[in-house]
Amino acid sequence: MLKIDNLTANVADKQILKGISLAVNPGEVHAIMGPNGSGKSTLAQVIAGHPGYEVTGGTVTFEGQDLLDMDAEVRAQAGIFLAFQYPVEIPGVSNAYFLRAAYNEIRKARGEEEVDPMEFLDVMTEKLKIVEMTEEMLQRSVNAGFSGGEKKRNEILQMAVLEPTLAILDETDSGLDIDALRIVAEGVNKLKRPDRSTIVVTHYQRLLNYIVPDYVHVLAQGRIIRSGGKELALELEERGYDWLLDTAGASA
Amino acid sequence: MSASIESLVNKEYQYGFVTDVESDRIPIGLTEETVRLISAKKREPEWLLDWRLKAFKRWQSMTEPTWPNVKYTAIDYQAQTYYSAPRSVKPLQSLEEVDPEILKTYEKLGISLNEQKRLSGVAVDAIFDSVSVGTTMKAELKKHGVIFCSFGEAVLDHPELIQKYLGSVVPYSDNFFAALNSAVFSDGSFVYIPKGVRCPLELSTYFRINAADTGQFERTLIVADEGASVSYLEGCTAPKRATNQLHAAVVEIVALDNAQVKYSTVQNWYAGDKDGVGGIYNFVTKRGKAFTNSKISWTQVETGSAITWKYPSVILQGDNSTGEFYSVAVVNNYQQADTGTKMIHIGRNTKSTIISKGISAGHGQNSYRGQVKVLPKAHGARNYTQCDSMLIGNQCGAHTFPYIEVANSTATLEHEASTSKIGEDQIFYCKQRGLNAEHAISLIVAGFCKEVFKELPMEFALEAQQLLGISLEGSVG
Ligand SMILES: Nc1ncnc2c1ncn2[C@@H]1O[C@H](COP(=O)(O)OP(=O)(O)O)[C@@H](O)[C@H]1O
Ligand SMILES: [Mg+2]
Repeated sequence: MLKIDNLTANVADKQILKGISLAVNPGEVHAIMGPNGSGKSTLAQVIAGHPGYEVTGGTVTFEGQDLLDMDAEVRAQAGIFLAFQYPVEIPGVSNAYFLRAAYNEIRKARGEEEVDPMEFLDVMTEKLKIVEMTEEMLQRSVNAGFSGGEKKRNEILQMAVLEPTLAILDETDSGLDIDALRIVAEGVNKLKRPDRSTIVVTHYQRLLNYIVPDYVHVLAQGRIIRSGGKELALELEERGYDWLLDTAGASA
Repeated sequence: MSASIESLVNKEYQYGFVTDVESDRIPIGLTEETVRLISAKKREPEWLLDWRLKAFKRWQSMTEPTWPNVKYTAIDYQAQTYYSAPRSVKPLQSLEEVDPEILKTYEKLGISLNEQKRLSGVAVDAIFDSVSVGTTMKAELKKHGVIFCSFGEAVLDHPELIQKYLGSVVPYSDNFFAALNSAVFSDGSFVYIPKGVRCPLELSTYFRINAADTGQFERTLIVADEGASVSYLEGCTAPKRATNQLHAAVVEIVALDNAQVKYSTVQNWYAGDKDGVGGIYNFVTKRGKAFTNSKISWTQVETGSAITWKYPSVILQGDNSTGEFYSVAVVNNYQQADTGTKMIHIGRNTKSTIISKGISAGHGQNSYRGQVKVLPKAHGARNYTQCDSMLIGNQCGAHTFPYIEVANSTATLEHEASTSKIGEDQIFYCKQRGLNAEHAISLIVAGFCKEVFKELPMEFALEAQQLLGISLEGSVG
């Protein structure tokens, strides 16, 4: 589904990603862990197509297509969804309007008919349940004045509406209390299907108790320095990253 | 990002066509003779000619204001025509007599003068260059005692009302452009709502400049008698031309005790091309006088004109009167706008609200200029001002000039201001959800203007939405 090969990328002329390779197959859950500043969000943004990140080398294909050649909105329409680490506020635009606009764009791209506001309300009634949110949330401006936890839940609501084939969750767990964490994780699990894949970026093992990964990768200083199964996350929880950084340093 | 902004703001101006009609034009130039000629063409009574001549004398002694934050090449007042009317328009003609070419023009502009096909609930006065070509729904309005007709007609049919109220809010000596207008105004609309009547239709005037090298100088007078209420809409467009054309209008509103007047504008004069060549110079004086318990509300969406100079104001004369100003002003390319309002609190417990949203793109320069003045007797006066600017791109500008004068210690004034930039992050967030950049910008701008758009009557909200190339549905209300 997603194939990243030796990807390098700069931000503000500084190299952040220093040769990433990663393959994600349909139905798989991959966790990406690593210290602050190691390049996790950068990787997520590059996959999503943020114009502020300059790809300097390597390839990324998505379902056989050259992803790097596609505009951000085309990637979204093709089924890539990024739950932002820092969701953006859009004052004055209601969540309902924004979501329906997005939903219709994605439907159009899939050759499906657009829905009117009434039909959309029916769709939303179902989706709101997934993240245990109320309709009142739909009338508020997109993320404006939302608490940290509300913003993260709103991201998962959007994901539930747009039903992406590849979802990237960038630290969706940070800033959540244990109840919110459970709601978000269960939301993600409810959306799981054999043809949908997920990349979970996180600092903490605790999210992975709910969303169980097939693979865990450790990103440090712009490189994947270790990959393993879900038990790697537990080991990291216990030992931290330093021992890995040391081995990586020694082998470099 | 720049590509997407271009596509939003460089939409082709749809109203730039010219209608081929034969016109009766007076020679270029402006002298006392010109003033007499216009007055004679309109078969005006002596008192009105005298008033025009006094205004003209006064204008000659005045100089063009230089304080607005706009730059333009000097206007040659002798190089243009002050009266141009399609030959086919007969004085006081009925709608059936309107030239089909002109009817077609309005159809093209989306305004039907055919009463059967008209937008339900809206009466229209259509002004073409210097004259009104027709007013719809007059019979229906008459049943309620509402007078809605061209200014010229009102002078002949209701001289007592015109004599009483003309210049009562904006005297001819008020400012340079108001004096000019008072001397040479050619037509406009007149509205009178009798005591206790709530006008059953929206009233609307559509201004169209067609002829070249011609200024449009119209005058609108709206009088809402005690306890009356009315909602009035104004729209305007002009052909694309490489020369600048002057539009200097005056609007006066009188809201007598307990009356309510809501005045909305969607201003879409030709703005000039992307290099700033051509476009309308829009120098307009708009003011209302609010008597006891009355309310005057201005809502404007200003997207057109090369230069805009305009401060719809309210004199809060009577106790408990209310003034409101809701504005969206958009400048792009080389457009310049210096716009805002004046709220003059004279009566007790007078209240005013100012919501101004300025959007600047391209090389556009947008200035908000607003005055809140509280006179000594205005006990308990209150004002709330919110003034937000949004910048799209790096070469545009937003400026704010608030003037506050308070001479009564019981007054309460609140002022909030903000400047934001449409961020790459906001656009990227929308794109990541599948919206293209143009859609994203529209959405963000619509959200920014929401508080003003929701004040517009339904029909105009739709027009405003199209104007900004945005889809408002659902994001408002
Ligand atoms: N817009 C930016 N400008 C400059 N440096 C940036 C920018 N975004 C990220 N960086 C730098 O890139 C590195 C990786 O950041 P990021 O991908 O956010 O890390 P992580 O998500 O793993 O914490 C950090 O050193 C960070 O300071
Ligand atoms: Mg991060």
